[in-house]
Amino acid sequence: MRNLFILVLMVPLFCTSQDKVEGMIMEANTAKKHIALEGANVYWLHSQTGTVTNAEGLFSIPYLKEYNKLVISYVGFKSDTLLINAPKKVHHFLQPSNNLDEVVVQQKKDAVQKTFFSAQNVITVNSAELLKAACCNLSESFETNPAIDVNFSDALTGTKQIQMLGLTSPYLLITQENIPMVRGASQAYGSTFTPGTWVESIQITKGAGSVVNGYESISGQINTELVKPLTDNSIFINGYANKNGRLELNTHFNKKLSNKLSSGLYIHVNRRDQKEDGNKDGFLDAPLANQLNVMNRWQYQNPETGWVSFFNVRFLNDEKQVGQTSFNPVEWLQLRSTANVNNAELSVLNETQAWGSEIDTRRFDTSVKLGYVFPELPFQSFGFQASYSIHKQDSYFGFNTYNINHESIYSNLLFNSIINDTRNNFKTGITFAYDGYNEMVNTVDYSRADASAGAFFEYSYTNLEKLSLTAGLRVDTHNRLGNFITPRVHVRYTPWEKASLRGSVGRGKRAANIFAENQQFFASARQINIQESSGNIYGLDAEDAWNYGVSFLQGFNWLDRKGNITVDFYKTNFKNQIVVDWENPREISFYNLDGKSYANSFQLEVNHEILKNLEFRTAYKYYDVTTDYKSGSLQKPLQAQHRFFVNLGYKTSLKENGSQWRMDYTLHTLGKQRLPNTSSNPIAYQLNEYSAPYSLMNAQITKVFSNQFEIYLGGENLTNYKQNNPILGVDNPFGANFDTSIVYAPIMGRMFYGGFRFKL
Amino acid sequence: MKKIIVAFVFALTAITTFAQEKNKKLTFEVDGKCEMCKMRIEKAALNCKGVKYAKWDIPSHQLSLIVDERKTDPMKIKTAIIAVGHDTKELKATNEAYDNVHPCCKYREDNSDDSEQH
Repeated sequence: MRNLFILVLMVPLFCTSQDKVEGMIMEANTAKKHIALEGANVYWLHSQTGTVTNAEGLFSIPYLKEYNKLVISYVGFKSDTLLINAPKKVHHFLQPSNNLDEVVVQQKKDAVQKTFFSAQNVITVNSAELLKAACCNLSESFETNPAIDVNFSDALTGTKQIQMLGLTSPYLLITQENIPMVRGASQAYGSTFTPGTWVESIQITKGAGSVVNGYESISGQINTELVKPLTDNSIFINGYANKNGRLELNTHFNKKLSNKLSSGLYIHVNRRDQKEDGNKDGFLDAPLANQLNVMNRWQYQNPETGWVSFFNVRFLNDEKQVGQTSFNPVEWLQLRSTANVNNAELSVLNETQAWGSEIDTRRFDTSVKLGYVFPELPFQSFGFQASYSIHKQDSYFGFNTYNINHESIYSNLLFNSIINDTRNNFKTGITFAYDGYNEMVNTVDYSRADASAGAFFEYSYTNLEKLSLTAGLRVDTHNRLGNFITPRVHVRYTPWEKASLRGSVGRGKRAANIFAENQQFFASARQINIQESSGNIYGLDAEDAWNYGVSFLQGFNWLDRKGNITVDFYKTNFKNQIVVDWENPREISFYNLDGKSYANSFQLEVNHEILKNLEFRTAYKYYDVTTDYKSGSLQKPLQAQHRFFVNLGYKTSLKENGSQWRMDYTLHTLGKQRLPNTSSNPIAYQLNEYSAPYSLMNAQITKVFSNQFEIYLGGENLTNYKQNNPILGVDNPFGANFDTSIVYAPIMGRMFYGGFRFKL
Repeated sequence: MKKIIVAFVFALTAITTFAQEKNKKLTFEVDGKCEMCKMRIEKAALNCKGVKYAKWDIPSHQLSLIVDERKTDPMKIKTAIIAVGHDTKELKATNEAYDNVHPCCKYREDNSDDSEQH
């Protein structure tokens, strides 16, 4: 196979007594120029004696009588063997091997990948998984994944709320390409502002997570990687429509401007003009909406110098109208401008008026990322990222007005290298963050500014087989949280083949944005009651929690096909929490935790390809989320303690032209959920102590015609399960019993949708 | 004249002595076939004092190293690799060492990557 020829070059120079073979190795060229080859291997065949050439292509090797074949090899060149019978000088040209056999490695990639080797419990959801449901936006991307629970936030906006380990999204760090994204003012709707087609992959980290991106995460981290101009389709068009009048259009245009520079323009629009009221309660089941979302990305990479850079600009305009179907926002605003809005008697006067709400959001964000990998040292790199965003939400909910303007600056500088060898890695760096809030709740001004600076160090160790460990520590100083340290440790151990045992411990600390995170209460008659203490965040203290977790993953082969089983147990223990107490139906109270608050979660998940091309995934989850309220220790309301999940995915074998059928089916079963106490309401407005258990089914069929074109059809909530009375006091929205926040099941019934994807 | 020749000889030997680099790149071929081999090879290499970085590429069988030349040399690394049962071009693992590799890694019999099967 190897083309070797023997060449003897005898250059009898000086008779030295030294028994050495010396010489120079060069690249063969027609001009016979001396192009030195550095790092070529020179050794005696079948011996333990060898050397490499230096920068000038020179080498020196002891002459050994026992051996007479000197081998010269170098990557990308044909190896030569020289017959050497005496110490001498060697001057040799190596022939480049131009026809290296091309090796194409193809491997079936799972749509959801669980990592066996990393210390952290990370689940990667890639684009194949995201196509299993027509995920219109990020918050809807988790329907087919049991790690994340999707709940309903309120009866008006239809917004889906993400939950992990029994805690809602404010306790998660949601980043976009490692820059914190859904936080502060964007907490309620932020994850609906990332269109599904922009998402390339999602990494879900359960438990404490890394310290690199900040101190705020408590129960986990979700990072979204967006499509990249260099690798995304040059043209992509996706259209979507559903029975309830939601229309979406996504277009991507990517252009490679040079070998190093690419740019992409991504435009998303969605709207709903159709007034949908399936349950005939006089309220819209879903908002009238209108969104424009435009992003421009620039990607620069130069593998020779090791520089990589991204630059992003994004603009968003989102308008939502919710409330009674007969609500006319123009009339309502006129009326309000002519009268004193907060005059309680006005509400009585306007009982004839319809109740309604508008939520208008504008957001601009820009970010820059700069990375440098030392070309000679692939294990050493620098990274810098900075982002600026301004998020402006103007909204009213009947007589309640809520306006927030959030300006945010974030920057992170990171250095990554090794100690001794690549088994000992470290990351270190500094973070600076600024958040300026202009927040008006009715007539009360809660404006404030937060600034923080921090430094972090994260060490990771892996012995490449059984053990890996990541230990991180960060020290931060924050004008309202004070000075504090955040330690986080992750360990992975492989007790036997295809198994992974993980443990993690970590702390998280954050300032709760009580209004932005709990906006649904503005659409109720509840009085806001902040039970202030000496704290400096709305008079409250910072939230502080420790998370502990263990997880066991075992891969297996059954029926000659791969599968895995995971068992997780996580516990979050709050040292302080801002308790959101809605046990009194007249009030929504916020106060510092006095006593205990914890969230325990247990999950058992099995994945297996039970039949050829048929993937089966099932999970059972148990939650115990208990908080000491003023009225006693209670389970968190609207939290199903038992959840069951099944997903079946079938794909026909891929044809040569790329055509394929894909079918998906998902079942969610939710056990009973505790409802907030309504016993002091008049009997007509009282709810049971618990909601009834129910199941939801979704299905989708995709027909791929070719690599360019595919269409999909799907249905959500196929069993048509609906909450009967999602809005309390619906007969008098300006009355004392009006409440849209107690939602435990879908408001929309069975719904069908369809769409297409076109790629070039 | 003789002095000049002697000087010339000294000059030559001076060139042939190696610059001892802290981050020296090396690449050579190591036999193996799968993910498990990769782990074993990289681990053996990294266990040698002075080896900072080791990446073994399954399809091309090339082991890329970054080493501190003052602390190690390629032969030491190759000796460590054959000790865990992986052949290099010039050094072959002993039968005992080869027998110790996992049954799925018996690259001498069949050298195709079958990581997906196990």
